[in-house]
Amino acid sequence: MTERVIGTSVPKRDGADKVTGRTRFLHDLELPRLAHGKILRARHPHARLLRIDTRRAAALPGVLAVITGADVEQQPFGFARDQLALKVDKVRCVRDEIAAVAAESAAIAEEALALIEVEYAELPAVFDPVAAARPGAPLVHEERGSNLTDLRYQFSHGDVDGAFAEAAAVVEGEYRLNFVTPACLGTMVAIAEWDLEDRLTMWSTTQVPFLYQRDLAQALGIGGDRVRVHQPPVGGNFGRGLDLYPIDVIAALLARRARRPVKIEFERLEEFVACPTREPCTIRLRTAAAADGRLLGRDCHVVIDNGAYVSWGSTTPYVMLSTVAGLYRCPAVRFDTTIAYTNNPYSGSMRGYGNLESTFAVESQMDELAAKLGLDRLELRRRNATKPGDAHPQGFAIGSCAMGECLDALGDTTRGLPPPARGWRRGVGYAGMFHVGGGARIYKSDGCGAIVKCDDFGRVSLITGATEIGQGSETVLAMIVAETLGVPLARVEVVNSDTAVKPWDVGVHASRTTFIAGNAARLAAEKLRARLVAMAAGELEATVEELAVGDGWIFVKAEPQRRIAYERAARTGHLREGGQTLVAEAFYDPPTAMLDKDLRGNVSAAYGFAAQAVVLDVEEATGVIRVRRVVSAHDVGRALNPGAAEGQIHGGIHMGLGYALSEHLVVRDGQILTASFMDYAVLKAEDMPELVVRLVESIDAEGPFGAKGLGESGVIPVSAAVANAVHDAIGVRFTELPITSARVHAALRAGPRD
Amino acid sequence: MTARQITLDTTVNGRALSLSVEPEALLLDVLRERLGLTGSKRSCDVQVCGACTVLLDGLPVSACSVLAYEARGRRVLTIEGLARDERLHPVQEAFLATAGFQCGFCTPGMIMAVKALLDDSPSATPEDVREHLRGNICRCTGYASILAAVAVAQRALADGAAG
Repeated sequence: MTERVIGTSVPKRDGADKVTGRTRFLHDLELPRLAHGKILRARHPHARLLRIDTRRAAALPGVLAVITGADVEQQPFGFARDQLALKVDKVRCVRDEIAAVAAESAAIAEEALALIEVEYAELPAVFDPVAAARPGAPLVHEERGSNLTDLRYQFSHGDVDGAFAEAAAVVEGEYRLNFVTPACLGTMVAIAEWDLEDRLTMWSTTQVPFLYQRDLAQALGIGGDRVRVHQPPVGGNFGRGLDLYPIDVIAALLARRARRPVKIEFERLEEFVACPTREPCTIRLRTAAAADGRLLGRDCHVVIDNGAYVSWGSTTPYVMLSTVAGLYRCPAVRFDTTIAYTNNPYSGSMRGYGNLESTFAVESQMDELAAKLGLDRLELRRRNATKPGDAHPQGFAIGSCAMGECLDALGDTTRGLPPPARGWRRGVGYAGMFHVGGGARIYKSDGCGAIVKCDDFGRVSLITGATEIGQGSETVLAMIVAETLGVPLARVEVVNSDTAVKPWDVGVHASRTTFIAGNAARLAAEKLRARLVAMAAGELEATVEELAVGDGWIFVKAEPQRRIAYERAARTGHLREGGQTLVAEAFYDPPTAMLDKDLRGNVSAAYGFAAQAVVLDVEEATGVIRVRRVVSAHDVGRALNPGAAEGQIHGGIHMGLGYALSEHLVVRDGQILTASFMDYAVLKAEDMPELVVRLVESIDAEGPFGAKGLGESGVIPVSAAVANAVHDAIGVRFTELPITSARVHAALRAGPRD
Repeated sequence: MTARQITLDTTVNGRALSLSVEPEALLLDVLRERLGLTGSKRSCDVQVCGACTVLLDGLPVSACSVLAYEARGRRVLTIEGLARDERLHPVQEAFLATAGFQCGFCTPGMIMAVKALLDDSPSATPEDVREHLRGNICRCTGYASILAAVAVAQRALADGAAG
């Protein structure tokens, strides 16, 4: 069968609704008798709760329910089961939820919050993970006896000490990465409704609907069978929806108490305070290399500020390690972590998931090694580039790999650019990227289910476990089904937003949807095609081998006019005695393993690679950085929808440039100081450089039509390439992000540091 | 109508309306909650992100920071009023053609801001466009496909005017 849809830049299917304002986002949903919920948060980052008086709030006209931790049934939840949705006895960060109100309107709920009296006894607090780990530090969770979390990621491979002993060059440094936040345009929302049989329906921002179903049920102390989750369109997510959060539990508790559906919608300020962030961390790294540039070893220690409770941000060393061990060939690796509770807000997962952070450290040192050894920076990277069949120290099986081709594809990165203006100095920086591209087995299953059916009118529905969050999965999955079944794309419907309908899936994370959900969709469509062809064989009096599909028809290859339309085959299937409906189902779980206790195992069925070049100019007098061009070359396996793939990479570069240059959620003494879009600097159109994307196709053997995941690969290398470009321009190495003009200006006045 | 409420006579998407509203009601709330025009989005609350951009007598404003009463006797155009007779406006067509959206939350405001710019200066340079879009944040696209959409729209509008 010839391919007609795969590999073309077809428009995204939700486009018409989005450009006309018709898309009904979670924020736009109304339900009959909908009440509005608001949450009261802690004033202090660490304090005992002596008294909470809600009587005046409850008496306010229009208030339907007021709840506190003292008067609801709730169970601990979260990665380490270390928090309650409504806190009791004490608060551990300013995000902490103390009470909640449901009212006839959001304004009344807000007014009621102000009437709740809370008496605190402030406690000594700790905001630095290193200080928190010392004996005698104020304890965030007293019952634990220590601020160290139970998370520690230790890995050792090869003779690390020997590597450093024999090295021709050793570089070392400490890299500080600060809080940043997803800053989605659409804030977090939860809508909860209980029916008369005590079953709960949620409308949520989650990106892991089935894990959410399980975790929410546990937090409420009910069976998972009583929770149904809807996923309406969201205004971005970028990892934000990977966990269950207090907003979800509190919405359910309020709805139960008020006996009304309740909606909690964060305002922008609350989103900055309560949305999980990217984890702040300090990475100490040493790298050893031979005189010819071959990497000999890396030794890395990461300190993570866990904040008050454990969420996914503190599990990112999984991914940090994979880059420390596997971005370029590195035969000896040692890795360790310190992850401590503090009274800061806690971090969740955010696009790139630890990999921006470790890539920043690793790639800064690649440039430093090149300088020490007198090698060209790209040549050093080429000499160490991963190749197909390489053994990764953690046991990752590297199959398709076009790392070398990506480095080559950067080409002449300044071609056609006018030279820098007077008073500006130009720099070019490079960075590579290594990330999972075929799922990531962080749970027992990394699978996704798919159901494909054909109705009496030839319309094909894909019911997939996958989750659309704006990245375009509906479109690419529909393309895979259309291609496999030989039907026009417009005939394929995608159903993917209701846990009562769709089959199980882990969720949208780890750049996995195209690969995992794509393979599931392909398998289900292949099964359906086989059944259709078998059915048509009887009607057409031909053998299955003699038939082909295309354009919505099943036809005899030798005589294309002998054919039967899908809709007729479907009707023929069930409008008879002993009939059957045209439905097929498949579950794809990739051939991978969870990491074992030594952090070894092939976690992904494919791996993604990329190389980036950043060209920027620095104004000597002011320290202002103007990024002129980013060239980004990506091994995507196969570009199923090149336009959509480029869009993902463009967006990643934008987020990466923000991380590198401007975004900083300033948290001081546990308080968030940049809680608006006036203070938290997301880059604007005028800040963006020219973006050049090169899609390199390595055709992965396991991926659907050869594709690998790419949702995160654009964002990962940017900050490292920016830091390297700044160094190239002015000779100053920045080891902390963001590299603001104020910092550059101060460094320029101080003179070159190295 | 309670004693506190005031009468607001205005035109929204070509329809003359007389509404009683609270004096401090925001235009965005009246559009979204009273009129069901949910295409305009609430996001930053302080007129920096542009997700709530609507046109007031043809000029772009942030409906989150404008009192509804300021629309008295004036014409409000929202994203819902942009397509005519089921035919998309050239700016909408252009955003579709270049995939100038991902999650789509900023898209209605972005499109209204672009329409305002091109109504005022059809041959805005790429630099003008980037500067004009200072008031509209997109977290998904990196703006490249949005800037491409503006260029496509400029050509389509020029062709339309010429034809």
